[in-house]
Amino acid sequence: MATLKELAKKPEYFTNGHRGCAGCGAAIVARHVLMATDGNVVVANATGCLEVFSTIFPFTAWNVPFIHNAFENAAATISGVEACYQSLKAQKRYDKEVKFIAFGGDGGTYDIGLQALSGAMERGHDMLYVCYDNGAYMNTGIQRSSATPKGANTTTAPAGKVEQGKTQKRKDFTAILVAHHIPYVAQAVVGDWADLTRKVEKALSIKGPTFINVFQPCRLGWGYEPSRTIEMGRLAKETCFWPVFEVENGVYKLNYNPKDRKKPITEFLKPQSRFKHLFKEENKPLLEEIQKDVDQEWQRMLKICEAT
Amino acid sequence: MVDKNLTVAKTGNEAMAEAMRQINPDVVAAYPITPATEIAQIFAGFVADGLVHTEFVRVESEHSAMSAAVGAAAAGGRCMTATSSQGLMLMSEILPIASALRLPIVMPEVNRTIAGPINIHCDHSDTMFVRDSGWMQVYCEDAQEAYDSVLMGIKIAEKAMLPMMVSTDGFIISHCMARVDLIPDEDVTKYLGQYKPETWLLNPDKKITLGGLDLQDYYFEHKMVAIDAMYKSKAIIKECCEEFAGKFGRNYDFFESYEMDDAETAILAMGSVCGTAKVAVDNLRKDGKKVGLVRMRVFRPFPAEELAKTLSNLKTLAIMDRSDAMSAGEAPLAIETKAALYGRKKQPKTHNYVFGLGGRDIKVEEIEDVYKEMLDFTQPEKNFDRKVTYLGVRE
Amino acid sequence: MENKKMGWKELPDADSMSAGTSTEFKTGDWRSQRPVFHKENCIHCLRCWVMCPDVSIIVKDGKVMGYDYDHCKGCGICASECPINKKVEFEKDKCAITMADEKEFQK
Repeated sequence: MATLKELAKKPEYFTNGHRGCAGCGAAIVARHVLMATDGNVVVANATGCLEVFSTIFPFTAWNVPFIHNAFENAAATISGVEACYQSLKAQKRYDKEVKFIAFGGDGGTYDIGLQALSGAMERGHDMLYVCYDNGAYMNTGIQRSSATPKGANTTTAPAGKVEQGKTQKRKDFTAILVAHHIPYVAQAVVGDWADLTRKVEKALSIKGPTFINVFQPCRLGWGYEPSRTIEMGRLAKETCFWPVFEVENGVYKLNYNPKDRKKPITEFLKPQSRFKHLFKEENKPLLEEIQKDVDQEWQRMLKICEAT
Repeated sequence: MVDKNLTVAKTGNEAMAEAMRQINPDVVAAYPITPATEIAQIFAGFVADGLVHTEFVRVESEHSAMSAAVGAAAAGGRCMTATSSQGLMLMSEILPIASALRLPIVMPEVNRTIAGPINIHCDHSDTMFVRDSGWMQVYCEDAQEAYDSVLMGIKIAEKAMLPMMVSTDGFIISHCMARVDLIPDEDVTKYLGQYKPETWLLNPDKKITLGGLDLQDYYFEHKMVAIDAMYKSKAIIKECCEEFAGKFGRNYDFFESYEMDDAETAILAMGSVCGTAKVAVDNLRKDGKKVGLVRMRVFRPFPAEELAKTLSNLKTLAIMDRSDAMSAGEAPLAIETKAALYGRKKQPKTHNYVFGLGGRDIKVEEIEDVYKEMLDFTQPEKNFDRKVTYLGVRE
Repeated sequence: MENKKMGWKELPDADSMSAGTSTEFKTGDWRSQRPVFHKENCIHCLRCWVMCPDVSIIVKDGKVMGYDYDHCKGCGICASECPINKKVEFEKDKCAITMADEKEFQK
């Protein structure tokens, strides 16, 4: 794996001048993912924050070939690009080595893009799909998605007088991808560049469909100071809210285990204004319930890692 | 020119699948839907037998079929798909993206009505639903024309840098066996050549971003490019039809004029009904009636001037639509034809008939009745105010 | 920055753009806070460079040279994540990066 000094010598494949918020986590995901490549990639991107802020005509932040088609079809689109590549290669009309990466937010991946992603994974295209999961439809103005955590205040599941934000648990999307029996699935978090770039390198070295779910703090949607994006990712990991692991051919491997230094979930929730209402006295039971959910999921994760 | 070994009996679907085998696209992405399923099915057989070098993407929906087609065509490949009805509706979000990205995807489309109620039979509601999506649209009368139009479609699409759907009437053309004269494989290969796009994602020499976000300052300009391309495609179609006729001996145009030289009354229609209408014309001509038929082939780009010129000498014109525009006053073909005629010094009195929805059959006698009604319309006391006559529906 | 907008006849083919052009678009004027570099305290670990969402840390031969104020939006991730800053517990004159009010530089 490359050191930072080596990485800094490479061209930037995701450039500055994009219109992401100050402290945008999605931009960091795009940059770190491409940093792990040699630039010989084609990127497809679902409609969403990342695509919108990086491709405002006539300026594009993508310094690699890039296509945006629509919201729900990044996986299908890149599968078409890859199919064309395979066809031209087989016909000996193209001789370059190219990798294929699709990016989608949690809305474009967990929700509206699930079908296209599932189809592409099942068909076995040689591609990496990266979900940047910030837990809501941030581009349209912070609406709840199936990735939004329980208790979060969003514009379509707001904290009000009788409801305390989203009432449901978030969906374990990574498990759905594991169920596709693809060769490589991983979870990572914004900020741990060494872990993420290693995972991207690994995914791209494997022939076939691979998936990385990157947890991405969003300063606007979560309501924290822009300087804390990396810290928020770290807290998600240290509270075990977002386990960092990889699944290679069905075998789970935990990449981070705080053991007895596991932090209480409140440390992750407290700096975010979307969870502010949870800290009212009357919401104490809800906060306890959220901690219980995290503990249960973590125990389950430990058991799965042991069993596989 | 016609080789007996190449004269075969094929259904419309078989003929279009055969054209696809000869085209040998780099990528086909398709999903089953009645009545177009067979096209992908037959083509899958070609793939399984190694008769084509196509990468066949067995997508999980039509939405992904069109999305993958966009990806493949943008990557730089010759790419095809096929669909019908609900499948086209599901694709509809991506159709204008394909045209805006100037991707020459060619798609056999087997006309089937749209739900609800769900029905698998023919009318033109599906393709009319997407008529403004920036795709060229060709409506065929029979399997031969479907075969020829798919082959020619590749040429036209790649010259115009616009996608094209070649449609055939569901079951009536798609599933009925007819005589088809095939062109030898090597002649097709030579005729089409290799697709070499100027702007392509896999181009190692020029990295590009495709499909970026336009704000108020650029959307209109980008749309204008696609609109202009659609207008310009008319000349390309004309040129390609002439080339095809020269090479393979079969003549096509924006529309076909049948017994129109001295006609006073005519029907304007599209698709398989025109075969039936030709019989009606022949019958009425035997009785000395000056009737003719104009069969629209190319609905997009809409050949407004050429059509108006052909129709302007008529006294009366029945425009027969196989779809409805839900209270627009008249149905799509009538609306656009009348817009083309509007303001011309000479123009026929017209009347719009909507027929055959959901596969409802239409007989020669019914079409003869339409002609007779329109011949009567030449009498000044007749009432022209009626908007649309719905033919063959029970009250 | 772009001055004249293109007409439709001047647009590049097929709704395309040449890669990496956004660097011509300046986002520096979004900044309300500005990172200030203290070279003497920097250990050139490049953690600020790798974490920057706006590719605004200038690195040459493995050394931090300063910031690209044309693009830096002033999020402050560099200062928050700087290991020196953390080690000195953000004590101002020992930090490698400090955040200052942008207004002070606009006078």
